[in-house]
Amino acid sequence: MISIRNVSKWFGEFQALKKCSAEVHKGEVVVICGPSGSGKSTLIKCVNGLESFQEGEIWVDGISVADRKTDLPKLRSRVGMVFQHFELFPHLSILDNITLAQCRVLGRSKKQAVEKAVQLLELVGLAEQKPKFPAQLSGGQQQRVAIARALAMDPIAMLFDEPTSALDPEMINEVLDVMVELAQSGMTMLVVTHEMGFAKRVANRIIFMDRGEVVEDRPKQTFFENPETNRARQFLSKILTH
Amino acid sequence: MAFDWSSIPGSLPILWQGMIVTLQIALVGALVGILLGTLLALLRLSPSRLLSWLSAAYVTVFRSIPLVMVLFWFHLILIPLVVGLLFPGKRLELGFITALTAFSLFEASYYAEIIRAGILSVTKGQFNAGLALGMNRRQVMRLVILPQALRRMIPLLLTQAIILFQDSTLVYVINLDDFFRKAYNVGNTVGTLNEMILFAGAVYLVICTLASGCVRQLHRKLTVPAREIA
Repeated sequence: MISIRNVSKWFGEFQALKKCSAEVHKGEVVVICGPSGSGKSTLIKCVNGLESFQEGEIWVDGISVADRKTDLPKLRSRVGMVFQHFELFPHLSILDNITLAQCRVLGRSKKQAVEKAVQLLELVGLAEQKPKFPAQLSGGQQQRVAIARALAMDPIAMLFDEPTSALDPEMINEVLDVMVELAQSGMTMLVVTHEMGFAKRVANRIIFMDRGEVVEDRPKQTFFENPETNRARQFLSKILTH
Repeated sequence: MAFDWSSIPGSLPILWQGMIVTLQIALVGALVGILLGTLLALLRLSPSRLLSWLSAAYVTVFRSIPLVMVLFWFHLILIPLVVGLLFPGKRLELGFITALTAFSLFEASYYAEIIRAGILSVTKGQFNAGLALGMNRRQVMRLVILPQALRRMIPLLLTQAIILFQDSTLVYVINLDDFFRKAYNVGNTVGTLNEMILFAGAVYLVICTLASGCVRQLHRKLTVPAREIA
């Protein structure tokens, strides 16, 4: 479904990604973890072309992201993305946040879009909130709306870029619960996160990145029980001690 | 020095005619200025270097020339030239058209900078969120970025319109009878020039103070934090 092959990216002199490769098969949940500044977010943004890269290839459902002829908006409309800071549109109601792209990009009628939105708001437990505006919701609620907004496009895969990093601790679980449910429903997911509990529960594989490199890419059991590299071991000991 | 205010009540209808001209210039200048300014801001931020450069050049030129000179040039050269080409041989009254054109084009350069700052104040994350949903750049700009940017910019846009309202007095250099010039003419004819100019100043003072007060109220309303954790 998602194939990342030898991707390198430079910001000026600084090399942010060094020959990164990874595969996400249909229905798989792959978690990317690693210290901050390791290139996780940059890599996941390359998958739907929000970041460009200078070398390598990324294929999504058989379509090359870097190919100039690729219709990027169309590709992006088929891949959902959830951001660290939610990025709901503050000038639109919760309902309009979820219907906007359905109508403007997929050409759905307002009625169809509203139906879909209501159904998804129920799924994330926020059906009551649809007339409100984003600023009236808590962070956890906003992030759940953002997930519903992405799902409304009927994506073939979902990308999560640190979806719980900006949340107060008591709100993390309500978002993770939705993500777990999504994973169990068979959604293909690529998730950048430090939530190792989530990874242990639903991930098929863990990719560990450090300084722009994919250091490990292994099934979760072996990664947690027996990390291959020192760097991964150090990272795990730092985030799992508490 | 004794003041004689007696000529003011009788001349109010004439002054009102001038006020209509003043208001028309301010209104058209602000509206066209905002529309054209938005276009200039979008061009300035477009990926095309040529368009961006052209927009920057326009803004720099108009912001570097005193408004009085812009008015003069439009009055003496540009408008007669254009009208001469379009309607050869006709003699038309061009003062009003000149003022509207000059103010609209001049103000656009100021509005362009205000709106550009407004667009840049909306975070890149919002842009990415729009793109990630499959919208193209134009859709993201129109549906996501501009509505937020303009809302944030409303107080500044209105403040600029108030400045424009005051600057419209400069049309006296192209012999257009706006409020100020009507007042001047009446005062000159009747012999109460000092009184008339004082009166005109007071009118501008009252209108601008009231308008500024409204903008402040509006600003307060727009910036009230909407956060009320549910």
